[in-house]
Amino acid sequence: MSQLEIKNLHVAIGEKEIVKGFSLTIRQGEVHAIMGPNGTGKSTLSKAIAGHPDYTITSGEVLLDGQSILSLEPDARARAGLFLAFQYPSEVPGVSIANFLRAAVQARMAEGEELDATAYYKRLYSKMDLLKIDRKFTSRAINDGFSGGEKKRCEILQMAMLEPKFALMDETDSGLDIDALRIVADGVNAMRGTNLGMLLITHYQRLLDYIVPDYVHVMWDGRIVKSGDKSLALELEAKGYDWVKTELAAANA
Amino acid sequence: MSASPALSAATLTAAFTPEAFAAHLATVAHLPVWWLDRKREAYAKFAALPYPARTDEAWRFANLPGVRLDGFAVASAEAADQVRHAPIGISKAGKLVFSNNRLVTSRPLVADLAARGVIFDTLQNALVNHGALVKKHLLAHPVRPGSEKFNALHTAFLSDGAFVYIPKGVEIAEPLGVFHYAGGAGAAVFPHTLIVAEENTKATVVDFFRSADSEAHLACGQNDIYAAHNAQITYVAAQTWSPTTLSFQFNSTVARRDARVVSLNVHLGSRQARHESHSQLQAPGAHSEMLALTVASGTQEFDQRTLQTHQAPHTSSNLLYKNALLDQARTIFSGLIVVDADAQKTDAYQSNRNLMLSDAAEANSLPGLEIQANDVRCTHGATSSRIDPELEFYLQARGIRKAQADELLVFGFFEEVLAKLAHDGLRDALRDMIKTKFKS
Repeated sequence: MSQLEIKNLHVAIGEKEIVKGFSLTIRQGEVHAIMGPNGTGKSTLSKAIAGHPDYTITSGEVLLDGQSILSLEPDARARAGLFLAFQYPSEVPGVSIANFLRAAVQARMAEGEELDATAYYKRLYSKMDLLKIDRKFTSRAINDGFSGGEKKRCEILQMAMLEPKFALMDETDSGLDIDALRIVADGVNAMRGTNLGMLLITHYQRLLDYIVPDYVHVMWDGRIVKSGDKSLALELEAKGYDWVKTELAAANA
Repeated sequence: MSASPALSAATLTAAFTPEAFAAHLATVAHLPVWWLDRKREAYAKFAALPYPARTDEAWRFANLPGVRLDGFAVASAEAADQVRHAPIGISKAGKLVFSNNRLVTSRPLVADLAARGVIFDTLQNALVNHGALVKKHLLAHPVRPGSEKFNALHTAFLSDGAFVYIPKGVEIAEPLGVFHYAGGAGAAVFPHTLIVAEENTKATVVDFFRSADSEAHLACGQNDIYAAHNAQITYVAAQTWSPTTLSFQFNSTVARRDARVVSLNVHLGSRQARHESHSQLQAPGAHSEMLALTVASGTQEFDQRTLQTHQAPHTSSNLLYKNALLDQARTIFSGLIVVDADAQKTDAYQSNRNLMLSDAAEANSLPGLEIQANDVRCTHGATSSRIDPELEFYLQARGIRKAQADELLVFGFFEEVLAKLAHDGLRDALRDMIKTKFKS
């Protein structure tokens, strides 16, 4: 079984430190939710782990099966089994979903190995059907002119095709109406199992009604300040983030 | 730059001397008198005109020493024999293959089209049965944007080319393909394609320009398109000349009432390539879509000059030239939209987009407007940008290596242009051709 260990991670954008000592271990098969108010470093955490060049990891470690991934390029991290579902997926004019995913699948194959195009399309279409994405979308440019819901479904489609060991899902619920949220959640739940570890980053408890986490962590000022099971999300929903703030202040007093 | 010394007559002609021209004339003595007269007139003009100077606006930013003709001579017929076939299998309606200015092989026009009066043959063969038609259209519209000397050279030494004639009401679904090869060190070729589309026609013609070997060639070609009332013509010129070739290509497009011409130039080869394209919108409803895709690498220079002339009301033109620049390559785009006084309701657009893939590359853009009418919509724009790091990260985050991510993004940049071609097979063939440039 694989595991992703994030150890005392510090991340800065420019001179400003955003993530301040974040630690968490995720095993394949587990679903962890990270909740927290805006500006607390949730998105920074996920992008830094994925290798975004704008984010500097100033100290700490990220280990995949005991091996540090921090010296790897973003593409090598992805091929090692990481997947980042973007909060705001980029629109890529002129690059069709079919070509893009084929390139991503091919990048994971050994040199000289040929892609079985028939099998590839069969698999692509079955995943699209599951996510209720029109098959015509394969020839459309990635996210180009897509609605918010279509973009998020396209992220999940990519995840389904690439079968990562660990998925970092950054606010996958944002911008979705309830119907779109259900479709996305169904897609994610269909992938749940012993081969996938997930980190769900969310601002709202709503997503967790549909994708029920094994663990819930509250992030505050760049690190985890409270952990629990799914009931913590409900408690947070009921009491609001101020509750955490007050508790923290009391603990630090 | 210091003033260039006065050039002697010999320097002005390089190997294209009066003796060489006389020898050339002797090989084409069977051509009709009107054609020979045009050649003589053009030769006199070529020999008298100076090389472009630094002060010529039409040559701004161009590498002037690079266009000197030294080292080139009219290609030998023997060297033509090395080309016996031409690959790309999209020319389903018919194929002509020229090598060193003469036809070496062809796949005849499909029988049904021939029966309906379509002509797809060499200019010389067409003269035999359709002399009046060839005379009426051959070199009928002088090219304007600034290469008079080299254009005169083309006319002087032009001896054969492709003649495409689509009679009234005929629609051809599959492309007609014309291959123009150059072979042998220093070989000068003068490719020519003349397309005459009568009323209510539809056709796609593709010119492929290629070197048969890796030697330096001089290519000095022209393609003329005449689109009559409601003709819908798609024309593609794709050049993959050898990396040491000097090439000139002149285009003249005339669109009559409600005609719609889509022309795409794909530039990949040559050491230095100059392309001039002139669209004349002559009657209401005429539309010209002027497209170009260029991949400039190494120390290549691509110099593209365009002219959109609106001569009648309610005409439109849309120009989109996209360049991807690598290494120390240079591109020049200079475009002018001219709207005549009575060409009200003109809708003209001109856009040059440069994707800079290297800090050492250089893209020059000179857009221009000259508007006499007062009720028109004319816009132009030029941009230079790099690969968007966010898009690069997005692709890399899916496991795609950086080099391949960049290639996908470059093709994405080109796709806007390729998408304007209706024929799937043609788009694929061009994509494959462009890919070879990135593999080298």
